[in-house]
Amino acid sequence: MGIEVRSVSKAFGDFQALRDVDLDVKQGELVALLGPSGSGKTTLLRIIAGLEFADAGTVLLDSEDATARSARERRVGFVFQHYALFRHMSVFENVAFGMQVRPRALRPAKNEIARRVHELLELVQLDGMAGRLPSQLSGGQRQRVALARALAVEPRVLLLDEPFGALDARVRRDLRRWLRRLHDELGLTSVFVTHDQEEALELADRVVVMNLGRIEQVGTPDEVYHEPATRFVTEFMGEVNVFRARVERGSAWVGGASFDVSAEVGDGRGAAIYVRPHLLEVDRQPWPGAAIRARVERVLAAGPTAKVELVTDAGERVQAELSQERHRALRLQVGEAVFVRPRDKRVFAEDYVI
Amino acid sequence: MSTADWTLRSFAEPPPALAAARTEPAWVRVTLIGVALCFLGTFLILPLAAVFVHALQEGWDVYVASITEPYALAAIRLTLLVAAICVPLNAAFGLAAAWAITRFEFRSKGVLVSLIDLPFAVSPVISGLIFVLLFGLQGLLGPWLREHDVKIIFAVPGIVLATLFVTFPFVARELIPLMEEQGADEETAAVSLGASGWQTFWRVTLPNVRFGLLYGMVLLNARAMGEFGAVSVVSGHIRGQTNTMPLHVEILYNEYQTAAAFAVASLLAGLAVVTLILKRLIEWRAGRRGGVV
Repeated sequence: MGIEVRSVSKAFGDFQALRDVDLDVKQGELVALLGPSGSGKTTLLRIIAGLEFADAGTVLLDSEDATARSARERRVGFVFQHYALFRHMSVFENVAFGMQVRPRALRPAKNEIARRVHELLELVQLDGMAGRLPSQLSGGQRQRVALARALAVEPRVLLLDEPFGALDARVRRDLRRWLRRLHDELGLTSVFVTHDQEEALELADRVVVMNLGRIEQVGTPDEVYHEPATRFVTEFMGEVNVFRARVERGSAWVGGASFDVSAEVGDGRGAAIYVRPHLLEVDRQPWPGAAIRARVERVLAAGPTAKVELVTDAGERVQAELSQERHRALRLQVGEAVFVRPRDKRVFAEDYVI
Repeated sequence: MSTADWTLRSFAEPPPALAAARTEPAWVRVTLIGVALCFLGTFLILPLAAVFVHALQEGWDVYVASITEPYALAAIRLTLLVAAICVPLNAAFGLAAAWAITRFEFRSKGVLVSLIDLPFAVSPVISGLIFVLLFGLQGLLGPWLREHDVKIIFAVPGIVLATLFVTFPFVARELIPLMEEQGADEETAAVSLGASGWQTFWRVTLPNVRFGLLYGMVLLNARAMGEFGAVSVVSGHIRGQTNTMPLHVEILYNEYQTAAAFAVASLLAGLAVVTLILKRLIEWRAGRRGGVV
């Protein structure tokens, strides 16, 4: 089932949580709402669930207007950030809850409920835990109970609020892959909220990057990572170096090197040139045309790549990531004068004129 | 919860080094423990024992006679009646107040929270006087009540009202911090799973606060049965009609029937002991279920 959000706005007092947001989620898709705290991503999720109501705009579920419908009537599965398991109920009772509260006419028989619960617990690999209380489970197990509980109502849509936020790194990675498989097997339409770009890129079919109550970009993980549409997305998707320069006759001058930015920024304006650390080349010899002079500040060789911190002649701090082979060949020394140049870059116009 | 667990455990089994660092010289320990025991004995155990000793000083028969004579029985019955009305009503009010305060944002919420504490803040005598001024013959509603032949002051309704007022904060005070800490997440989850408001209340809200509620009700009951000041003002002390147990004790004492007075008082003292045991029991049960009181 698809979700359509049409020009939704929402304010809490003076705080504008969402500003005129549009979003389409197609049947069977797994979509990530990615953004920093306060970007409105959780509010948007709760509005889709019917736990919060928009001040303006509409929400369509399966092309039907659901804006006025309560959470009860929307039949969406919601997994809460801190799981919100019923603390006084066993795992079994937690999962059975959604079926037990149905009106008598729609309620499955007792043994049918029990069968379904055990099926779901098997699905989330917790079948032996039916009698436990939530307080007797680990974080990852609680998370899976919350998921089974949400799935018990046979939701048309699964919504997850920071599903891995409270887990430690290893459990988080395992659970992430497992959730992806589950989503595909059950043919769900899912939306999850996260502030971790790595998580969004790894798990989602499409990523919705949000900032200050607006959607900055919607795209596949590839698109938002390699072709960020705005400066915010560029900065949010991972570490990045920024070179600022004034544009004259189509070129931006950075520390003695010139870059052709005529396609992106007009003459007389400031350009911000974004380069990811692994796309910054370092060498002792200058390249013809576009080499920026810099001095090596620090070298961190531990890890899959070697990280080099440099300061340009203009005083800007930049980071480069070299492969271990390149690092061994180069043997950079702290304090050494070198040249850097971007292999690839994203250029945005500064909001102001220098 | 996990932090609390940790704290408890670490107090139970202090690591050796820490235990040594915390150990005081023997004479300091003996003195401190001695002072504490003396204080406890003088102010808590001695009076409690005195009540029972005095109650039984003229023998078991006098004791039984004192608590089974008609006026004493009437006082016991009235006290039980007042408690039977006040405990469920104030449990419901307290739960409603705690729910409204912890689950909704509204203006003047702070004022409401302070108002709940009002009965604790004013002297019980004043609590009684409020009702005399409202419902008494010279009171605000007095003439209207007399016309319609409704008697509140110097009658049972007045006693119930005064007790309700004095005991209002117990349950609310107990539940507000508890519900605040638990948050509304579980209730929201219940609604998202399709539960109605009523189902959410009975299956999620109430079970989550049941120990806190019970705890508040035990304290509320003890106060409802033991309240003296406010009830004294509105009761009129009519034997067999508007005399509660505490008032009955006072009358007997003023008439130099010491043994009888202490016999009835021993029932109230017994109530206190039972209350304390129940309180401990609830705390222990709640602790075991991972709930918080």
